[in-house]
Amino acid sequence: MVMVLGPVADVPLSRINPVAQLTAIGIVTVVLLTSLDIVTPAIVLAAELCLLPAAGLTDLRDLWRRTWPLLLGAASVGVVNVLLASDADPVTGAGLALRVIGLALPGVLLVASTDPVRLADALTIHWGVSTRFAYGALAALRLAPLLVAEFEAVRLARRTRGVEAGRNPVARVRLLAGVGFTLLVGAVRRGSRLATAMDARGFDSGITRTNARGSLLHPRDTWFVLATGAVCAVAVTVSVLTGYWSPVFIG
Amino acid sequence: MGRDRPSGEGGASGTVAGGPSRIVARGLGVRHASRRAWALADVDLTVEPGERVLLTGASGAGKSTLLAALAGILDPEAAEQAGQLTVDGVAPHAARGRLGMLAQDPDSQLVMTRAGDDVAFGLENAGLPADEIWPRVDEALAAVGFGYGRERPTQALSGGEKQRLVLAGALARRPGLLLLDEPTAQLDPAGADVVRAAVARATADRRATVVVVDHDAGPWLPLVDRVVELLPGGLVEQPPGWRPARRTAGLELLPGADGPVLLTADAAGFTYPGTATPALRPTGAALQGGRALAVTGPNGSGKSTLALLLAGLRSPTTGRVEAAGELAAGVRGGHRAPIRWRAGELVTRIGTVFQHPEQQFLTGRLRDELALGPLRSGTGDAAARATAEELLERLGLTAFADANPYTLSGGQQRRLSVATVLATSPRVLVLDEPTFGQDAATWREVVTLLAEQRARGCAVVTVTHDRDLVEVLADAELAL
Repeated sequence: MVMVLGPVADVPLSRINPVAQLTAIGIVTVVLLTSLDIVTPAIVLAAELCLLPAAGLTDLRDLWRRTWPLLLGAASVGVVNVLLASDADPVTGAGLALRVIGLALPGVLLVASTDPVRLADALTIHWGVSTRFAYGALAALRLAPLLVAEFEAVRLARRTRGVEAGRNPVARVRLLAGVGFTLLVGAVRRGSRLATAMDARGFDSGITRTNARGSLLHPRDTWFVLATGAVCAVAVTVSVLTGYWSPVFIG
Repeated sequence: MGRDRPSGEGGASGTVAGGPSRIVARGLGVRHASRRAWALADVDLTVEPGERVLLTGASGAGKSTLLAALAGILDPEAAEQAGQLTVDGVAPHAARGRLGMLAQDPDSQLVMTRAGDDVAFGLENAGLPADEIWPRVDEALAAVGFGYGRERPTQALSGGEKQRLVLAGALARRPGLLLLDEPTAQLDPAGADVVRAAVARATADRRATVVVVDHDAGPWLPLVDRVVELLPGGLVEQPPGWRPARRTAGLELLPGADGPVLLTADAAGFTYPGTATPALRPTGAALQGGRALAVTGPNGSGKSTLALLLAGLRSPTTGRVEAAGELAAGVRGGHRAPIRWRAGELVTRIGTVFQHPEQQFLTGRLRDELALGPLRSGTGDAAARATAEELLERLGLTAFADANPYTLSGGQQRRLSVATVLATSPRVLVLDEPTFGQDAATWREVVTLLAEQRARGCAVVTVTHDRDLVEVLADAELAL
């Protein structure tokens, strides 16, 4: 029942600095957003799948649990495009579906391999993100799993007060809105307690914050970004050579 | 996340050396905006450097207000202040850099995902160079007796261990003043022992002045030099050797009487989907009208899960929970399992009080809150209103009839949550930790109320760690 933030133990991909991973995600995003064929996303996705073991995602059930909304979304994007677009064929639909997965999977890899604290460290040290924002968001993130547990308790609590939706869908939506409101009130109160606690430990007090862990960039981080660029270049090249290449031109 | 604050104040580094703090209050008074009465009036108090003081008193006596004033977190726009209060000769707000705090809720005080990083957090904020941070972290972890090492994920810790870690995080900054705000109020007895042991160990060197705020004075007495009690008349210095009155003293409860069995659990167990170990192993229980059953056992033994099964909120994954014909009479479809009853049918038969009262509040006024159950179970509007007024009167909450339940104190919320359940006159009452974190006065009220229901012929089930409650109320104990 516990939602886990970040990997329980380090996985091979954890050795790549989060900002290098984010840069790689940026490259993949630009390439996939501008190509509308099937070959480019297929090759990029194949490379991403090769990284699954490095992110510790070898258990198929665990992988399904993390990605089923994504897979479902991708499948519906493909199907809807084939059914609704006048000139779309199944290959285009499959290409669009692969594109959605190819865009989202790097995010799954990042979350699976990166402790959120290391992410905040890297963002503040290398990219100059404000510490107030990064560590504030981090602290708030810690409260998310509590919200999941509390949702269930609040839902049951409604029944103890005689409030229940039964089979009426309208009542169901209203009940859910009520539960959401109770959760929100609780979250705000907990959030302000957390802010007081962080204040008491001198957070955001005007002193320049140091970082005890540091965040180092290694040659392997450069290689990781270069390799990502190379995979994308190969994908586009193959796509052009096979005659599938159909870029989106903006402006 | 941080609160707005004028810059240039309160920015003193936590690493500045300096001995334990001295606190002086002269004629201190605090009045919250929109309230006529003073939450705190004419408080005179001096705490010498290195002293360990317990500040006790009933709910609503002003303990939290005094603590907020000491911590320098009273918002000047929301609270009017009279008299004088200084920490090390300056306003508490300006001394914030030398303050360490440990509050109630273990989950809203940790920031990082690993134990060592969390202790380091306060040192990073103070701008300490990285190579000086880790020795201080290790020192603080050792001082509180944290035995899991720096890499331990904070989420995997029990409540008591989390509090121990928060204490280490406060101590690492070498505070002059350590404020402990009911740090055990949300913990089971084992967790509370962990925290008190850590406090005793970490404050023995008297490098910090310690102020503990707790209505439950007894367990802190061996750890403190002085006890001051906030009473309606003001602050009273208690003499050495003082002990609080036992909350059970002189309590006379209405006895119960053997009634029919109303609800039974037959080898009922529960396993969450996707988990291997059951949350509750198959358990049997028979709830008899006019009798009180206490369900006890260590954390994780499934006490609260059993309460959910008996309350008709979850369906057992093994075994059965079944109501007697007498209790199930009138249920549409003739179902005997409470989980199959509609919510409106459930509230007139089985009433449930959760550990956290605010999770059960649904309206914006006490009056509406009490009328809700009767209305939902089909009682007419006038009758529901009358029931609500009667309960408000009985619980001494009439003055708050139009207040929002969320604005009540913890003790008042607890009484309200019990009252909302009584409004529909159920024959079975299921309560999860009804006396948890309550002061002596609320404790006695809740116990008296439950005994009254038992005398009326109700079956009362309490899930509890509270030995006093088991002793004075329970007719039988089910130890899981």
